[in-house]
Amino acid sequence: MIPLYDRIQELKAMYPDPRSAVMPALQLAQERHGGWLPEQAFREVADALDLTPAYCLSIASFYDMFRLEPVGEHVIEVCTNISCGLNGAQQVVEAFASELGLGAGETSGDGAWTLRTVECLGGCGWATVVAVNNRHRLHVQAADVPGIVAELRGESA
Amino acid sequence: MSTPEIVFAGSGGGALTQIADYEAVGGFAALAKARAMTPDEVIAELDASNLRGRGGAFFPTGRKWSFVPKPDRIAKPHYLVVNADESEPGTFKDREIMLRVPFRFLEGCLIAAHAIESKHVFVYIRGEYEQEFEVLVAALEQMKARDLLGDVTVVVHRGAGAYICGEETALLESLEGRRGQPRTKPPFPAIAGLYASPTAVNNVESITTATAVIELGGAEYAKLGVENSTGTRVFSLSGNVVNGGNYELPHGFPLRDLIYGVGGGIAGGRTLKAVIPGGSSTPILTAAEVERVTLDFDSLTGAGTAIGSAAVIAIDDRCCMVQLAVRVSQFYEHESCGKCTPCRVGTRWLTSILQKIEDGRGSQADMDLLLSVAERINGKCLCPLGDSDAIAVASYVDKFRDEFQAHIDEGGCPLHGSSSLDHVLAPVAMHTHHHAREVVPL
Ligand code: SF4
Ligand code: FES
Repeated sequence: MIPLYDRIQELKAMYPDPRSAVMPALQLAQERHGGWLPEQAFREVADALDLTPAYCLSIASFYDMFRLEPVGEHVIEVCTNISCGLNGAQQVVEAFASELGLGAGETSGDGAWTLRTVECLGGCGWATVVAVNNRHRLHVQAADVPGIVAELRGESA
Repeated sequence: MSTPEIVFAGSGGGALTQIADYEAVGGFAALAKARAMTPDEVIAELDASNLRGRGGAFFPTGRKWSFVPKPDRIAKPHYLVVNADESEPGTFKDREIMLRVPFRFLEGCLIAAHAIESKHVFVYIRGEYEQEFEVLVAALEQMKARDLLGDVTVVVHRGAGAYICGEETALLESLEGRRGQPRTKPPFPAIAGLYASPTAVNNVESITTATAVIELGGAEYAKLGVENSTGTRVFSLSGNVVNGGNYELPHGFPLRDLIYGVGGGIAGGRTLKAVIPGGSSTPILTAAEVERVTLDFDSLTGAGTAIGSAAVIAIDDRCCMVQLAVRVSQFYEHESCGKCTPCRVGTRWLTSILQKIEDGRGSQADMDLLLSVAERINGKCLCPLGDSDAIAVASYVDKFRDEFQAHIDEGGCPLHGSSSLDHVLAPVAMHTHHHAREVVPL
């Protein structure tokens, strides 16, 4: 694997101002650190971009997709905005919660699952939209949830 | 009514992700045509088409391009920035455009770059659109292999989950590697946008439509649609309808026909209660008003609302309007960038007061307070986000006042236990710092 520092230099070269690479660099660092950004990640990104770790943290804390705490191996995000809400999103959230034994906003003790609700994922006409590790599943109903969980359990086994 | 495909032309209901397939249906002919024209000639075609921005503001695209100074006037690099940060609740059209006609979209980027004499294109795509990002990158690789980019560089830049970055100056801040907080205007992006250089910021659908305008000619394009709203539009239909999805239709299409015809009517044999016609920021329409309006700028503006991002959300009779107001307000509260006080504090107040009314703890004074807070947000913010919350909530009260009143009179939600939005959990409600808050009426 190409070292993070070197990959960030490539990202830097895509922009007239290296500062612009801070978001893609944080995205990359997050991938390399198991889906979240520990302190170490901010030092690495800052070092590669000639910024301070505090500056990088100020960016990460602004955007929802940067995670400042560890996340599970599978991250389940259920949209509960208007169109999904009108089509049973809350029942989908509750089905995941009972299937996983986890409240929304929590990560399981074994580090396998994170369950969250999120704002509109841009798939409103295909409600309910659920992002599973960033990939969107459409038309999800509460009844589909046990199947989705079983499928993901199978993947990790 | 016939429904010409302008944006999705050539795709035949499928996806054109292989360059050879796109070329087989006449792809890149518009680019060749545009490159044989001067930038001013391209802009003149756009002016003749009267294409207006599809992101929500409806600003004429040709005029926007003409505001970018000629390179000899400002000797800095010029930038084309495409806003693919589609995040307005109800809106999911740009996503389908990028997935199904990525080359047609990228062709439009190159046409626009030629028109504003730019060599640098940035496509800012929302972080949640991972698959769309991959499709665009793959399409770009194929175009590079065909040498179609010439001396233009195209960078696809991923956002990271912030609705506010759909506001153009916040998007530019974000692209510069900063927190996505809107800038004061002027200066406008055309003069001092990305890296303080001349910049045009356009929506994905606008850019894709520009390809069609060059293909057909501006005057021919302008024959589609209705006066002041030319051409077609990709309408995102969602909510309690049988067939949710994106539908490309001419402007001026009757709203009722979209819902009951194309959309297959209200799901489960229920009845329509209300429609949000242009994304969550636009004022709501009652079922009776739906019968009277057509989907274009003039008709919707005349009805006191807006075409916005052309995202039509149908709401059936189960939904409690106070719960809807809570959920919409929670969204804006969550997405406020925090830069100005009326928005940062006001959106939170709106949510809290609405929740109090929904819970049956509201008094008449809370109703007055709600509207007074909305008034004190509206028009007093740096960008439209705060206003959107105030305007949307005020419209629910205006159109469904009896329902709000019933919550106060009956000391609770009349629809509780059967409303489609019962207990729906917003992300902002998971924030620990919000647990203990309470609104004290003034
Ligand atoms: S209105 Fe809200 S989102 Fe817009 S700049 Fe002010 S605080 Fe930020
Ligand atoms: S409301 Fe759920 S994807 Fe838009």
